[in-house]
Amino acid sequence: MNEPMDFLIWTRSTAFDVAVTIFVIGVILRLFEIISLGRKQNLAEAKGTEFGPGMRTIFSRSVPDLGTFRRQPLTVVTGYMFHIGLFISLIMFVPHIELFRATFGFGWPGLPTPIVDAAAVLALIGLLAGLWHRIMNPVMQKITTFEDWLVWTLTFLPILTGYLAYHRMVDPYPLILGLHVLSVEALMIAFPFTKLMHTFTVFLSRWYNGAMNGRRGVES
Amino acid sequence: MSEATLERGINALKEQIDAPVAAFFSSCVSCGMCAEACLFYTETGDPKYTPIYKLEPLRRVWESEYTLIGKIKKALGLHKPVTDEMLEEWQELLYDSCTMCARCSMICPVGNDIAYMVRKTREGMVASGNAPEGVKGASMRAVTIGSPMGVKLSALEAQIKHIEADTGLKIPMDAEGADYLVLLSSMEIMNFPEYLEGLAKIFKQAGISWTLCSTAFEATNSGIQIGSTDIARILVQRIVDGAERLKVKNVISPECGHAYTAIRWDGPNLIGRPFTFRVLHILELLDELRAAGKIKTKDLETDCYTFHDPCSLARKGGVIEGPRRLMNMVTTNFAEMKDHGKMNWCCGGGGGVSSNEDAEELRIKVFKKKKDQIEETGADVLVTACANCRLVIEEGLEEYKVELPVIGLSELIADHLVVDEAQAEEKG
Repeated sequence: MNEPMDFLIWTRSTAFDVAVTIFVIGVILRLFEIISLGRKQNLAEAKGTEFGPGMRTIFSRSVPDLGTFRRQPLTVVTGYMFHIGLFISLIMFVPHIELFRATFGFGWPGLPTPIVDAAAVLALIGLLAGLWHRIMNPVMQKITTFEDWLVWTLTFLPILTGYLAYHRMVDPYPLILGLHVLSVEALMIAFPFTKLMHTFTVFLSRWYNGAMNGRRGVES
Repeated sequence: MSEATLERGINALKEQIDAPVAAFFSSCVSCGMCAEACLFYTETGDPKYTPIYKLEPLRRVWESEYTLIGKIKKALGLHKPVTDEMLEEWQELLYDSCTMCARCSMICPVGNDIAYMVRKTREGMVASGNAPEGVKGASMRAVTIGSPMGVKLSALEAQIKHIEADTGLKIPMDAEGADYLVLLSSMEIMNFPEYLEGLAKIFKQAGISWTLCSTAFEATNSGIQIGSTDIARILVQRIVDGAERLKVKNVISPECGHAYTAIRWDGPNLIGRPFTFRVLHILELLDELRAAGKIKTKDLETDCYTFHDPCSLARKGGVIEGPRRLMNMVTTNFAEMKDHGKMNWCCGGGGGVSSNEDAEELRIKVFKKKKDQIEETGADVLVTACANCRLVIEEGLEEYKVELPVIGLSELIADHLVVDEAQAEEKG
């Protein structure tokens, strides 16, 4: 047995179990932490409904208001590049799907690797451009905290190491693959306790926004 | 009110946090887009006016009290606490530079309702004694005298006498069993009596039974502006008591934005039970009368008219299409501003900003947004439906040396009203 191989095996066994456990329990806990706070019953006569407008806003907020987009296009463009690139690389890459199938017993067809490869590059460029924007933009400078740099790094590393591993750009291969898995585990462990949680809570916040406005007869 | 302390402020913030707030803070990715929707940022370029940044006191309390990681950080002494100095610094951000117009709430990519949270954060500012003097003064006058501008019943009675003498119209006071209770804002009583005159004319024509109430004529609510549920409740209760005493079926919010929010949306929640009457904004009533064919207009204007949507009415109240139908009743040449309806830009004076002397210079500066927006339409006349917007816009235009009449929509309808149509038809 060589050391890189041992490392890879460890990342795929013990470390993986620990990360998945923290991720799953943490996310459930955080969602409970939020939802259990509840909302006061609204006694004002409603002008519209809540559920439908809430669901609508979950989708409609993915499209920016044109005037606002024109003022800050880079935020929107880098955001789209990164999110689309990440989702394609994450869920349409055949080895990822196979891992999922091995764990849960079912899968779905992946995309040809050149497309996934391009998606990963798109995500990396999006993240790098986003980072540059975060450093240069005065508003972002004002509101960026340590956590923002942390989650950027935690998101960037899995894509970077995945890209390097796929292209066999680091030798030995088990080392870079192990680092890839480890970086994903770091992301999963930090996930419930950082703003990475927006992956899930965005559905809640958009829904609440749409619902509260919908009740007043406003499409938000 | 009991003495304001930091501890009470923090407790007030704690009490304000609910599931939406927790979801909003959990979702924020510090993208900064909210700044681009805020006229205090776009007109100054100062990043401290970024809307989400204004919520830092509330965010800190949420993190330390309602998240596991925050509790751990607090136990380890790694948490940044909310201090008196911080709240003092934030007064400018939460009051001078925010009208709670909720434009940021409309564009936040993760759906954060930032204005909802600013309103909540102000509760903590009041409880900790960090609200601005001007807004405090208005609130105290509202509670003790009955009006934020110190307008008493006698002043209203004098205006009524004046209008009745001028027009021969009757303005009913304390008429029990009337269908509609009309509320006013102090500004309308003192600065725009033509509003009340216009209503008297329209209601007579439409054959509506209405009344004013001697114990509840003031519609505005400084409590929801300063961020004090206690004050807001006292002021809403007066209206509820008046409306129930006179057994009216409907209460009409005047041409005022935040009064509509206060009575229509916050009112029942403040007093803890649903209302026994319906609450309508005057424009909603006029639109109903239009639809029922009870009011008709004539001699439509041909000059270009544009409409400023009061934020509380449009973006926060859903009164968007009605005002447009009414505009088309008074002009054949109605021009929309580029961003209008739910995306309209605030006049810069809402949410208590216009009664806050500290904010005056900034308010004039950021008014440039509205001025540019109005000028872009090429309109000859600006119409709105909020006495506060109207005064703020008039003052702003004067500062920028733009000559443009600003008129209330109800008054404009009254000016173009076809009077005595029924009699005319009978004769015909």
